[in-house]
Amino acid sequence: MLVVNINKLKTLGLVICIAVAFALPLMGLKAYYLHIAVLGLIHGLLVLGLNLIAGYTGQLSLAQAGFFGLGSYITALLMLNAGMSFWLAALLGILATGTFAACVGLPTLRLKGPYFVISTLGLGEIIRLVFVHWESVTRGPNGLAGIPAPDPIDLGFMVLTFESKTSAYYLILVVLLVTIYFYHNLIDSRVGRAFRAIRDDSIAAEVMGINLTAYKVLAFAAGAMLSALAGALYTSYIRFISPDTFTIGEAVNILIMLVLGGMGTISGALAGALGITYLLETMRIFADYRMVIYGLLMFVIIVYMPQGLAGLGNSLLERMAIIFSPNTPKPVAKVKAELPHSVEGEV
Amino acid sequence: MLLECCNVTMKFGGLTAVDKVSIQIAENQIIGLIGPNGSGKTTLFNIVTGLYKPTSGRILFLGQDIAGRKPDYITRAGIARTFQNIRLFNSMTVWENVQVGRHCRFGESLFDDLFNSRRKIQEQNKANAFLAELLAMFNLYELKDELARNLPYGLQRKVEIVRALASEPKLLLLDEPAAGMNAAETESLMQYISQIHHMGITILVVEHDMKLVMNICDRIAVLNHGKLIAWGSPAEIQTNDAVIGAYLGKQVMAGA
Repeated sequence: MLVVNINKLKTLGLVICIAVAFALPLMGLKAYYLHIAVLGLIHGLLVLGLNLIAGYTGQLSLAQAGFFGLGSYITALLMLNAGMSFWLAALLGILATGTFAACVGLPTLRLKGPYFVISTLGLGEIIRLVFVHWESVTRGPNGLAGIPAPDPIDLGFMVLTFESKTSAYYLILVVLLVTIYFYHNLIDSRVGRAFRAIRDDSIAAEVMGINLTAYKVLAFAAGAMLSALAGALYTSYIRFISPDTFTIGEAVNILIMLVLGGMGTISGALAGALGITYLLETMRIFADYRMVIYGLLMFVIIVYMPQGLAGLGNSLLERMAIIFSPNTPKPVAKVKAELPHSVEGEV
Repeated sequence: MLLECCNVTMKFGGLTAVDKVSIQIAENQIIGLIGPNGSGKTTLFNIVTGLYKPTSGRILFLGQDIAGRKPDYITRAGIARTFQNIRLFNSMTVWENVQVGRHCRFGESLFDDLFNSRRKIQEQNKANAFLAELLAMFNLYELKDELARNLPYGLQRKVEIVRALASEPKLLLLDEPAAGMNAAETESLMQYISQIHHMGITILVVEHDMKLVMNICDRIAVLNHGKLIAWGSPAEIQTNDAVIGAYLGKQVMAGA
């Protein structure tokens, strides 16, 4: 009874969220808030990418901003220099970033814990420095300007254009929803279980027949591809990119969004991305005090909600389900008490 | 022969943990592996399951040399194990734990997983039926939605055994399955082990509980300081001078 109710509540919540997301631009939102919403959705993709490698597989990566930049730059350069359409350029950018991440991940994912984190920190910084110093291609710190919007799609009965802010919002929203569909399928399969098994106990996972190298590289490369997808969409929306966007600060921001939202969950990753993006933008009125407030808030959330927003949401859902459930669910503690207990022996 | 260890040696720097051990295990037997603490039993387990690459020697499983192969390869070939200090996936439920145990027997591709294809659902249903039956056999089905870390110690050991069985092994390695269990739990564990044996699975068990070892094992191997000092039926081992010497500290010439 309990389980059914929670699932029903979750489905209801999902439907409401999607409906609100689609209705948002129609509700006469100011352009500024629509802009924040677009940035929030892009961050949603970035946080989902990090979630694969850090949240599910337990390998903390700080290279996500670098992959975000790779996706942006490759897409932009292919459009500007090779005259490709956005769609082809984005696809190539994503594939190239994924291949690059797989090649780098193969040696670095052998490193454990903090050593892997430091190597990804370096990787992200190296990618940014390439953007800054390879001036003949990337135009260095000046960045790339004049990037065209995605080419219109002719559906026969109507033509979709992507010039306006609203259309960009819908494009990114649809891409995000499709991504979530595949993401959910992947997590809800033997692959997702393998990721979580590696996070919980890599030795036991290996002995259960999980190829550690293959699955870690898969999580790392898939996470990088999601970042590159975010990068391609960002490029087509902002139409101007410079190395300043893809700093270590951005990588840390993505990480904070994931931690505050709830690692290893989809809803948490999205809630963190949207919430923190909104907060960071609107707190600009506090100017220099922004980071102080931000820091305090992080402190409070990490101390009082270690599972993040997703953990908070889950416990609220469970309470609601208990209140609305006609049958009182059997308490877990009672089930346990009926079982024979044994003395903890030599471990 | 199902498993043949030929002159397996494992050195950690100057320490020889396993010293030229040769054991042959025929199909459908229960083999006990005993010896004082630090005699190399778990090291031998780690070599057979691929966690260590032996310094020298060969390990033939169904005639194929698996020494130095990766653990996931060896699991797919048909060897599963449990751990001395329980290594369940703590954030997962009992059900998810045994699903991970079956990981290498899923026949779907990454694309099936991404698109929720019919093949994925078929494979999943097949696995679910198999795992439900397996859990029911060990009286764990009612607990399948509990988090593994919330179970009492004895049940965690049982879940670990079921997780190992989920990969449909031909050879099951149990590393001190009765450690920390009371007499009644050990009794039921013995029943479960013979049940597994009846499923046609060969079992190699490391155990300090002599009652369990002497009762269920067909043959017993005794290690001391990394060397195989005795090999025979329980009755032979009980009267073996070298074994008694190793356990009680009598000075005897090691010979086997």
